[in-house]
Amino acid sequence: MKTVLKTFAAALLFGVAAMGVAKADQVKIGVAAEPYPPFTSPDATGKWVGWEIDFIDAVCAEEKLDCVITPVAWDGIIPALTTKKIDLIVSSMSITDERKKTIDFSDKYYNTPTAIIGPKDQKFGATPDDLKGKVIGVQVSTVHAVYAKKHFTGAQEIKEYQTQDEANNDLAAGRLDAVQADSIALGEFLKTDQGKGCCDLKGMVAQDDEVLGPGVGAGVRKEDTDLKDKINAGIKAIRANGKYDEISKKYFDFDIYGGATQSN
Amino acid sequence: MAPGWGGTLLVGFLHSIEIAIGATCLGLLIGTGGACGKLYGGPVARDLLAIYTTVVRAVPELVLILLLYYAGTDLINQVLAAMGYQRIDISGLAAGIFVLGVVQGAYSTEVIRGAILSIPQGQIEAARAYGMPPGLMLRRITLPAMLPFAIPGLANLWLIATKDTALLAVVGFFELTLATRQAAGVTKAYLLFFVAAGVLYLALTLFSNLIIGRVEAWSRRGMPSVKEAR
Amino acid sequence: MTGETAVINVAARASLWLQPHRIVLILIALALVFCAAFFMRWDWLPQYWEMGLLGIWRALWILVVTCALGFLLAVPLGLAQAGGPSWFAVPAKVFCTIIRGTPLLLQLWLLYYGLGSLFPQYPWIRESWMWPYLRQAWPYAVVALTLSFAGYEGEVMRGAFAGVPKGQLEAARAFGMSRFKIFRRIWLPQAFYRALPTLTGETVLQLKSTPLVATISVIDIFAVSSKVRQDTYLTYEPLLLLALIYMTITGILVLIFSRIEARIPVKIG
Repeated sequence: MKTVLKTFAAALLFGVAAMGVAKADQVKIGVAAEPYPPFTSPDATGKWVGWEIDFIDAVCAEEKLDCVITPVAWDGIIPALTTKKIDLIVSSMSITDERKKTIDFSDKYYNTPTAIIGPKDQKFGATPDDLKGKVIGVQVSTVHAVYAKKHFTGAQEIKEYQTQDEANNDLAAGRLDAVQADSIALGEFLKTDQGKGCCDLKGMVAQDDEVLGPGVGAGVRKEDTDLKDKINAGIKAIRANGKYDEISKKYFDFDIYGGATQSN
Repeated sequence: MAPGWGGTLLVGFLHSIEIAIGATCLGLLIGTGGACGKLYGGPVARDLLAIYTTVVRAVPELVLILLLYYAGTDLINQVLAAMGYQRIDISGLAAGIFVLGVVQGAYSTEVIRGAILSIPQGQIEAARAYGMPPGLMLRRITLPAMLPFAIPGLANLWLIATKDTALLAVVGFFELTLATRQAAGVTKAYLLFFVAAGVLYLALTLFSNLIIGRVEAWSRRGMPSVKEAR
Repeated sequence: MTGETAVINVAARASLWLQPHRIVLILIALALVFCAAFFMRWDWLPQYWEMGLLGIWRALWILVVTCALGFLLAVPLGLAQAGGPSWFAVPAKVFCTIIRGTPLLLQLWLLYYGLGSLFPQYPWIRESWMWPYLRQAWPYAVVALTLSFAGYEGEVMRGAFAGVPKGQLEAARAFGMSRFKIFRRIWLPQAFYRALPTLTGETVLQLKSTPLVATISVIDIFAVSSKVRQDTYLTYEPLLLLALIYMTITGILVLIFSRIEARIPVKIG
């Protein structure tokens, strides 16, 4: 019976191993498995589309990397990187000192202000005073969650959601009084039928570089300096040869790279 | 309202079925090994298996999935590295099957152990008396004889496996529930897509029940009716 | 005398249980715990333990409420299927099939994101007294988990009601008991005793379903551990502690139920 057991164990191990063999030289690009238009979002056929997808495709083409989009849960995206389920985070992740303790970042590739939206029938702004006593929705482990907790201490509750989409939906469902997030992502939501019907822009929050960071970068493992250098070179190259602007024009009518005033 | 998303939902559904089948097979493999270990193994093997089945049955599947999803695949790579093999990339599908398979394995261990214990002792003694080696006895006597006792429990496990695949949505694995959530999130037609997914899961359950009924009848062929036996 | 034998019994059982290989296993386990305590990071504990206790309390609260409500709902569901008229039995059967045939996670999301997003479209709901409750997440969690428990336990109760020997009910009728009295005095108690052994398993299964409520923003113990994971970027430590907490709760539940079961005399005729 011992040998039978041993055979079982070996068969199990190799069965699992054989199923999982993938090409090792691929760079697995981790995106949050949730709609986050206009940056990363699945289309009706399950293909990932959006500005960030086009952007990283251009970078990979420039650096001749074999990139493959790998969706993972946002709230486990950093563990997924450190346990090598993915090799690069390209999911609108802001560069912050807190995250830099665990992972490393490429140079920033876009930077946009942070906005507050709320129901149409209520008039308020985006200052801590305006948000006193309100229920604010943010996405978990984002700079916005940190910012809201630091600045909107007078809020009745700061609710954290697994995906931005859920927070938006709860705002439309009347369960939240305000949502804080990236201004472009929220602008996209306000363009949808659901967003148009319920909510409007309340304003931009005051800048706090310490929390909001210098912008969005691609997350890499600390030991992967090679990959980080390649991504940085790729970003520089497509910024220089006009590819970056060409992609951006497809989605935006302004420059999302952000000027020197916004980043630091 | 949302043409095209139906296809995505179906792809997610296929992934769910793939994982459920893979996990059930892996679970059966672990379960058979585990049951034999619990019944015939040494004291250490028995205790370790007892710990395995107790822990898996006491901890929520969601927690186990998170633990195994991050730690389990890491562990396989380290074991492979220790045995001198190259580390491998484990695909989401394989990780999903592995995670749910380990959970299923604990439950099937108990089901199969119970089924083996229900085999009339005389049959096994007769096989021993014929001098059958343990492997042959397992293949020819124990496994076929325990099947009718094990099938109701295993069928139940299959139904649980199909529903547990939904939990993989929480780690971002693309299966029916996550596909539904993405479709609902993009189109904002939450109710429509959640109901559609519910219908798909229900159809799978009802279809499975139909097959299970047939298989049960087949496995009990030649045996006295259960009602009479009781 | 009896006390003495009991002590001897316990000692004998302990020595039987504590075989040499078990001592080695326990030592290995202790070494693992020791390694975990010293080589892993636990400095986040002081900051989060209060939140954790609140989370455990919430999980237990949801467990108790949904099991109690679910069981109350399961009795009519089981009764309808076991001996009700078809206009009552068929809907009950359909309900149980749907609940048991679809994942709880999907049911939860259907209620919270699907149904919940319909409510604000009706102004009379927004203005009613229910709105402050409908705005929160926990009522949806309680409803979903209650329905799920009722669906599974309803199936058990169906079998339990059907399993009560016909002779008992006939005897009661012969005594001239009213139908309600038969139900209250004979049918329900006997069915309940039959269903009791499955109740332990169902309650543990229900406990294992409670972490799902974290996905609709209820802060239970699972959500607290997720928060620790997100704040500290640690993967294993919060999850291991969480698994330990759930194992402890399961152990306590099983212990309580075995006590209750031992107290209730077997009354099955």
